[in-house]
Amino acid sequence: MSSHQHECDVLIIGAGGAGLRAAIAVVEANPKLKIGVISKVYPMRSHTVSAEGGAAAVIKSNDSLDHHSYDTISGGDWMSDQDAVEAFVQEAPKEMIRLEHWGCPWSRQEDGLVAVRPFGGMKNERTWFAADKTGFHMLHTLFQNTLKYEQIERFDEWFVTKLLVDDGRCQGAVAIEMATGKMHSITAGAVILCTGGCGKVFPYTTNANIKTGDGMALAYRANVPLKDMEFVQYHPTGLPFTGILITEATRSEGGHLLNKDGYRYLQDYDLGRPEPKPVLRSMELGPRDRLSQAFVKEQEKGRTLTGPYGSFVHLDIRHLGEKIINAKLPFVRELCLKYENIDPIKEMIPVRPVVHYMMGGIHTDIHGATPLEGLYAAGEVACVSINGANRLGSNSLTELLVFGARAGKSAAELVSGKKSKSTALHALASEEVARIERQFLKKTGGTERIADLRKEMHQTMEAGAGIYRSEATLLKSQGVIQSLQERFHNVSVSDASRTFNTELISVIELSYMLDIAEAIIQSALHRKESRGSHQRNDYPKRDDTTYLAHSLAYRKEKELPEIKYSPVTITRWPPGERVYGR
Amino acid sequence: MQTHISLDVFRYRPEQESEPVFQRYEVPLRKDWVILDALNYIKDQVDGTLSFRWSCRMGVCGSCGMMVNGTPVLTCASFLEKFAPGPIRVEPLENFPVVRDLVIEMSDFMDKLKKVKPWIIRREEEEKSPATEYLQTPSQLADYKQYSMCINCMLCYAACPVYGLEPGFTGPAAIALAQRYNLDNRDQGQQERMELLSADDGIWQCTFVGECSAVCPKGVDPAGAIQRYKVGGAGDWWKSVLLPFGKGS
Repeated sequence: MSSHQHECDVLIIGAGGAGLRAAIAVVEANPKLKIGVISKVYPMRSHTVSAEGGAAAVIKSNDSLDHHSYDTISGGDWMSDQDAVEAFVQEAPKEMIRLEHWGCPWSRQEDGLVAVRPFGGMKNERTWFAADKTGFHMLHTLFQNTLKYEQIERFDEWFVTKLLVDDGRCQGAVAIEMATGKMHSITAGAVILCTGGCGKVFPYTTNANIKTGDGMALAYRANVPLKDMEFVQYHPTGLPFTGILITEATRSEGGHLLNKDGYRYLQDYDLGRPEPKPVLRSMELGPRDRLSQAFVKEQEKGRTLTGPYGSFVHLDIRHLGEKIINAKLPFVRELCLKYENIDPIKEMIPVRPVVHYMMGGIHTDIHGATPLEGLYAAGEVACVSINGANRLGSNSLTELLVFGARAGKSAAELVSGKKSKSTALHALASEEVARIERQFLKKTGGTERIADLRKEMHQTMEAGAGIYRSEATLLKSQGVIQSLQERFHNVSVSDASRTFNTELISVIELSYMLDIAEAIIQSALHRKESRGSHQRNDYPKRDDTTYLAHSLAYRKEKELPEIKYSPVTITRWPPGERVYGR
Repeated sequence: MQTHISLDVFRYRPEQESEPVFQRYEVPLRKDWVILDALNYIKDQVDGTLSFRWSCRMGVCGSCGMMVNGTPVLTCASFLEKFAPGPIRVEPLENFPVVRDLVIEMSDFMDKLKKVKPWIIRREEEEKSPATEYLQTPSQLADYKQYSMCINCMLCYAACPVYGLEPGFTGPAAIALAQRYNLDNRDQGQQERMELLSADDGIWQCTFVGECSAVCPKGVDPAGAIQRYKVGGAGDWWKSVLLPFGKGS
């Protein structure tokens, strides 16, 4: 069976914020180029939609680019590449204003200027917001703007199974058209991966069902290294059952985190003194990793509460009053009422740390280019790295604009001096079609249930590679993931139909997640220090002599991934101590 | 106490079935489970062939709209308990062709979104320099904010009696989106959009019964947008083309 063939100049995989921004950047760089945008969901379903709090960019006169840089770098525990951070903070305001010109309904001051709010780990108020649906409004604004460009052709609900690589260049992808089950090859002069993160590798996560790390796995399988995969950010305040995120904005408006005794426990963890009003970079407005770690310590001391989904603490915003909650945090109230049946005006919100964001991802340079010619990446799927060992809240929405635009521009430049495509691509695509048929659709007799393998992966990732890790826990999880990889060969796929086969998609997503789990564990095992979100019980100190370096995980057939390191770029801010609340 | 509840789920697999059938599944009745959790339980533990769309499970991605006991709802925001003792009938959204099981074909809706030009339109060279934002006071923001909250879940199309009879009707969500831009003080494209909408017979068939607004999970009130268009914007536009020398006044 052969694939149906399509051609474009730049192929973008993923139609969330980064992908759509990249698409517009390609059009603007060269309006003659034909752009294909593939997404496994309709663009407005992309996970950018769920981001609540805001997007950071310096715009007020009391702020400065250097302050934004310093907050980002210190927040990232000096693992950020400082040249990338400087470019990022400099381009951030321009990108945000562009989004304003495109119609994003930013919240405003009385005088009509854009309003900004404080955010965790940020010294000044620089977070732009659209009430508490910032990601939703950014995504819809971007999506609606792409509709005006005839050059952008969308392939909605297509699922990519492989990148087409020949002659040392990435030249397209193979995808399943979900509605019909037909397989297509789309050849292109350049490919940009914008598929977002992989929170679904873990059990408790704010991430949507679609966040299965597809782009990371596609690149990894094409021998592109995954960088800094050991850095997994937990958000300290998710709802226990659903993982629904209760935005940091609840804390910047003055919410308190309380243990089972009603005590603001963060004061015991070197995060400052409790004040009645919120203080920037202190207590509840400390960085996410420190807050999540404090939860585990409280749990160990037996000072958390226990519910049907394990341990939790309370987030209390009752003292803010109905008026402020309804005006500034309407979405938080709506989420609590609709999905956990709790009214935060009257009751405390049960919360626990949940996996939120991957600082790591596909290794790219400052232009979004990966080491594989023709392959670019932007947004959460990529690791530039501006986020280092811990991302600051409200930097990721800005990141997808700045680096989405950069990757789009770089890809446009590459294909404008076009090389001809290799002739081997169609044969490669046919091989891939045959693999999907053989491995899944025509497979008979598997006995392992997809949901069971997924659940075991979840448990072992939480237990062994969670907020605190050690060599012992990581080795154990590594063994479990290896055995799951073996058992995956015996997975059962009961649905053999072509039409909208979601079981086929789930099984391929599971295979992607197992590959990523392997990279996370191996990278975490090799980093024998504690830094930012990566905390080793057996190596509790940061070690700049050995590990002021990015890890790069290379996939090996039937072997554990190989880990190499590349230096962190330091420009003006030598490594220092991360200080909060003092 | 009831521990389980039955779901009668619409099944249609075009490769196997020539017409839809209902299949009954028993699921645990848990206090914190929504319809979508029950469907995922079926998918994971009982029958891997059941197909449906979902993603965020927090009412913002707009993927998981279905008919539950005949009413269009977001299944992630509908607790099972509310439907006890059951059985609960789960079907794909009405007024759309069915691809398979609970998955509807939505390209018609996507075309309609594009048709209303949902982007800021500025007259000629009135683009601001990239360095500054357009001013918009909180009250100017409030003028259109409600219409910007649409998550494109299409529940309003499933509820709309006009769309059911007249598939060419632009429909509630797309008209609300047109109004979202028309009412934005940064936009100058109202006339272009009015010309498009006025050509749509469906708008004049809308009787303002308001089913669309009743099912909207985000309080967008598309019926209000349509009504506002009929009595306000459209009237102005007609004036501008019909009255002598009225254009541009």
